[in-house]
Amino acid sequence: MTGILLLEQSLNSLQFGLMLFLLAAGLTLVFGIMDMINLAHGSLYMIGAYLMATFTEATGSFWLALPLALAATALVGAALEVALLRKLYERDHLTQVLATFAVILIANEVVRIIWGNQSLMLNAPHGLTGPVTLPGGMQYASYRLAIIVVGAAVAIALYWLVTRTRMGMLVRAGASNREMAVAMGVDIRRLFTVVFALGAALCALAGAMLGPILAVQVGMGENILILAFVVIVIGGIGSIRGAFVGALLVGVVDTMGRALLPLGFAKLFSPQVASNLGPSLSSILIYVLMAAVLFFRPQGLFPARG
Amino acid sequence: MNRLALAALVAIAFPWALHAFGQDFYISFATRIFIYAIAAASLNLVLGYGGMVSFGHAAFFGAGAYMVGILAAEGVTSLWIAWPVAIALAALAALVVGAISLRTRGVYFIMITLAFAQMMYYVFVSLKAYGGDDGLSLPGRSSTGVGVSLSNDFVWYYLVLALLATVLYLLHRLIGSRFGRVIEAIRENETRASAIGYPVYRFKLVCFVISGAIAGLAGALIANQTSYVGPTLLHWVQSGTLMIMVILGGVGRFWGGPVGAAVLLLLEEIFSGTSLLGAYALHWQLPVGVILLAVVLFAPQGISGAFAKRSQ
Repeated sequence: MTGILLLEQSLNSLQFGLMLFLLAAGLTLVFGIMDMINLAHGSLYMIGAYLMATFTEATGSFWLALPLALAATALVGAALEVALLRKLYERDHLTQVLATFAVILIANEVVRIIWGNQSLMLNAPHGLTGPVTLPGGMQYASYRLAIIVVGAAVAIALYWLVTRTRMGMLVRAGASNREMAVAMGVDIRRLFTVVFALGAALCALAGAMLGPILAVQVGMGENILILAFVVIVIGGIGSIRGAFVGALLVGVVDTMGRALLPLGFAKLFSPQVASNLGPSLSSILIYVLMAAVLFFRPQGLFPARG
Repeated sequence: MNRLALAALVAIAFPWALHAFGQDFYISFATRIFIYAIAAASLNLVLGYGGMVSFGHAAFFGAGAYMVGILAAEGVTSLWIAWPVAIALAALAALVVGAISLRTRGVYFIMITLAFAQMMYYVFVSLKAYGGDDGLSLPGRSSTGVGVSLSNDFVWYYLVLALLATVLYLLHRLIGSRFGRVIEAIRENETRASAIGYPVYRFKLVCFVISGAIAGLAGALIANQTSYVGPTLLHWVQSGTLMIMVILGGVGRFWGGPVGAAVLLLLEEIFSGTSLLGAYALHWQLPVGVILLAVVLFAPQGISGAFAKRSQ
């Protein structure tokens, strides 16, 4: 019984961690290379989820809508970068916070005007609605398994992109020393736009994949944004590898805390108190983890700047 | 100085003028602005003068508010007990958070203060005995014990106004004092300040604790203002809003906090009222966001900075 529970929660941890990684990867690159605090990253996640809902309804197919939503969100991201964020790179962090906070307000309202106040329901694609039986006889939701597969595939693709391609080399050069990269002739403006569009597409992917599990609603970006920040600070700002490890760590702590802490407390307190304490304590645990990492390794686990 | 006297006069006459026109609602609204002005001024002390970008100031604001709420729930409604305890608790929280966070700097300081604020947010969410997610309703405003009831909005307005004036006066003295000069010197160049022989860490920590205590006072006031405390008072969006107020008003400018608080709350009030925009008032965040963006692009020093430049 406990073995199956542990396995199920491990898969849930992996699924949540991989989705967090999609969000954190774009955020850490924008933060690391452009030295830009982008609070509006969560808004791109929200826009991605909404576009996904619209395209799914228009095309009638989840898998047809997915690339459309990714491309459209990437366009939105690129437009945002060219129109506004580009003007903010030279400004201090406080100004960036104010400007991107304003973008959150605007994005939330525009979404409300276009799609209305009601939260949207996104259905899992056909054939992935039921549970599957894993080796060992465990039942697990097939859609969650699909999320893990997609997340893992994207993580591997990103790893290949960053470590094996010319663009990845430029990205790494920009993250570790921006001035030097410019001096070596890197067209940093175009690189920024491309990186931002890529980050936006990853946001959309996370929003689209999580849509059927969570509700698609205004404000969905704000809570997960802070978790993504926690991930990149734990991992080390600008480091894709750090974002990956940080995301999995946060995914495990959050999911396991929610599932296992109430069981532990059940021995100490009444069941009601235990089930109340579990979720908040696991949320607190995430921030304790982050504070501890910052205290002992102020640059995060995998510092990008050498 | 003349302008200050004029502002004071307007603030004192304000409730009577509103009362004469039967607009008593705006007395309570003005009181809310004063309370957020205190909170924003406290953040501006660490953010603007100390150069410490605290993204968790709502923690101290919320701690002060919750202390008043919890004491009221336990039957302690006396202002003379509840408010000092609220301020002391906020100061203590600032001491603990500051002692750990001030070892980091830059972006990491921003994130670690945020982390502590989120921890406290979830602590209060988990306090089911005191409302948990739903928060806690207070039976009424604190009792003064001297025969004056704070539930009268006029009395309450003048008390908060007097507290705002006191806090601003004390902050003015603090910033002009030797302590304030050292704090600004540390902001400008920490290495040099420490080379001259100032214990940089201790100065920053004291500054952080003072700021936390003032934020706690503002929290105690907001709990009284609305007769309600809830975890949203500590949510990161609240920390962000306080920060927006300071940036909007002018970072490191004396009137930055109060001006930013007044402008942001006024913008919200104007655009969320149906009198101006009718049915579109539902979407008040849109014009507010556009105006914030305009300030970023066209008034880099904030509003009080833009006015100071023009008058020079």
